[in-house]
Amino acid sequence: MATPGATAGSTRTNRDHGMRIFLIWLPLAVIADLLIWFVWKPHIPPGTMTSSAEHQQFDIAFMAILCAPVLLFVWTYAAYALVNWHHRVGDDTDGPPIHGNAKIQATWIGVTAVIVLGLFVFGTVELIVPAGAGAGEGPAPIWQPNTSNRLQVQVIGQQWAFTYRFPQFGGMESSTLLLPANTTVEFHVTSLDVIHSFWAYQLGVKADANPGVDNIAYTTTKNQLGTFTVRCNELCGLWHGAMYNYGHIVRPAAFEQWARSMQLTQARKGILNMMPPYSLTYDPTVIPQLGASIVKIDGITGGAGYYYPPQDPVTP
Amino acid sequence: MSLPVRITALLVAFAAVVVGAAFIVVHYILASPPTVTFSASGGVTNVMLQEDPQNNSSSKPDWVSYFVQDPNTKKWVHTTLFSVPAGTTVHVTILGYDGCTPPRNNFWSLVQGTTDGKVSLSIVNNKGVATPTKRVSVINGWAGCTVGHTFAIPSLRLFIPVASPNAYDSANNLCGVSPCTSGPHAVETFDFKVPSHGGTFRWQCFVPCGGGFLDGNGGPMQTIGYMTGNMEVRA
Repeated sequence: MATPGATAGSTRTNRDHGMRIFLIWLPLAVIADLLIWFVWKPHIPPGTMTSSAEHQQFDIAFMAILCAPVLLFVWTYAAYALVNWHHRVGDDTDGPPIHGNAKIQATWIGVTAVIVLGLFVFGTVELIVPAGAGAGEGPAPIWQPNTSNRLQVQVIGQQWAFTYRFPQFGGMESSTLLLPANTTVEFHVTSLDVIHSFWAYQLGVKADANPGVDNIAYTTTKNQLGTFTVRCNELCGLWHGAMYNYGHIVRPAAFEQWARSMQLTQARKGILNMMPPYSLTYDPTVIPQLGASIVKIDGITGGAGYYYPPQDPVTP
Repeated sequence: MSLPVRITALLVAFAAVVVGAAFIVVHYILASPPTVTFSASGGVTNVMLQEDPQNNSSSKPDWVSYFVQDPNTKKWVHTTLFSVPAGTTVHVTILGYDGCTPPRNNFWSLVQGTTDGKVSLSIVNNKGVATPTKRVSVINGWAGCTVGHTFAIPSLRLFIPVASPNAYDSANNLCGVSPCTSGPHAVETFDFKVPSHGGTFRWQCFVPCGGGFLDGNGGPMQTIGYMTGNMEVRA
C-alpha cells in the first residue's frame, strides 16, 4: 500500500507531498478569496442600504473568506490522496504505524484556538460597532449610536399587520414605513397581541415584537434610496405568511414633507387625539376614553356585554 | 387467534384508517367555503356584505361572521371568498348587525384607502328608524359603542372601521338569526379601486372579535368563512 511517507511505491518524502499540496491549495485559496471579495460580496444580502446591513454583508463575506481556504484545503488534500495514495494492484503491505506528534498537536490546538478566539473578538466588535448590529437589544440597549440625533419609529405588531408611530411627528401612525436617507433610526418594537418579529430585511434590522415590551434596535440609513421588505419573522397565526409590506428610503426633504403631511391630516381628522398618547408599550385592556379596564365595562363591549369573557382561559 | 381472523382484523383496521384519513382530507383540508362572483357594470362592481353576531353553520353557530350576498340570487352566502373584475371600482355596502367592540388599536378607527378617504354611514335602530347618512373619515371606536368590526385589505392599504348599532341595541336587540334580515344595524358604503392585474388579496377584521380565544384573536378571526377571507381579482 502506498503511503504519504517514503514507501516502496514512492520515493517522495512527507515534506515533498506537503509542499505539493500547499502549492496546489495556495492559488486556489487566493483565487477563491478574491472572487468572494470582489465578485460575490456586492451581491450578498442584505445589501448596503443601512449601516447594519452593510456590516452584515461584510461579516458574511469575511466569514466566507476565512472558510473558503479551509474548505479548499480539505478538498485538495482529499483529491491529492485519492490520486497518489490509493490502493495499487499487488500491494498488500500495511500502512505505516501512527505515532503521536507533539508538534502537530500543539499546532492544531494553537491554530484552532486562535481561530475561535479571533472569531469571538471579531463577532463582539461587529456587534458593538454598528450599535447592536440591527438586532433588538431590549428596553435598555447596551450599544447605542454615537449621535443623539435619531429618528424614533415605533413598530406596532398586531395580527396581521405592522403599523408605525412617529413620536417626533405628534405620534402620528401609518401603515406605511418611510425613512429618510442618511439618518440614524431608533426602532421601538412592540406588539398588541401575540409575539411577532419585525424583520426589515434589506435594512438588516430584526427585533422581536413582544406584547408589553419595548424592544429597541438601531440602524443608520445610507444615501441609497429604494424599497425594502418588512415581514413578520415569528409564526403568529393564520395570516403570518401574509404579514409583510414594503417600506421606502426617501430623501430627507421628501420624508419631512410626508411626515408633516400625515401629521396634519391625522390632526385635522381628529384621529391623533383619539389614539392613546404615545407610549413605549400599550395595554390593550386599557382604553383611556372608556375607563381603566374594558373587561369590566358592560353595555359597551358587544351583544353579550363583555369584551373578554371572565371565563376565558386567558384574559389580557 | 387463527390466521384468517388475524388477516381479517388487519384488513378491517387498515380500511378504517384509510376511511378516516379520507374523511379528514375531504371534510377538513379540502373543504372550502364557496366563492361569490361579482361582475362589473360601467366600471363599477357592487359588493354587498353583512356581519352578524352569529352564523348559520352547524359546527360553530356562535362565532361572529361575515356573509356575502350573491348578486344573482340575492341570497346571503356564508362565506368570505368573493371575486371581482380587475381594474374596476368596487362599491361595497356592509350591513353591520353585530354589536360594538373597541378596536385594539384605535388607529383602525381611521378610514383609509377609499377613493375619497371617507365612508357613508347610517345607523338603523331596533324600531327601523335610520339616522341621516353622513360622510365620515373616522368612526371613533373608543368613544363609545360605535365600531363592531373592520373590513381591511392590508395589501391595498384599505382599512375600514365598520360601525355597530348603538349601545342599547348592541346590548339588547341584536339580530339573533343569521343571515340577518331585520334588527338594528349600521349601513356603511364606500368605494375603492382594485388593481388592473389579477391576484388574490386577503382581507380580515382587525377587531379582536374571537370571544373566548386568546386575546380575542382566535376562532372566527383565524378561520376563512367567518371574519377573514380572500378577494380574488380577475384579470
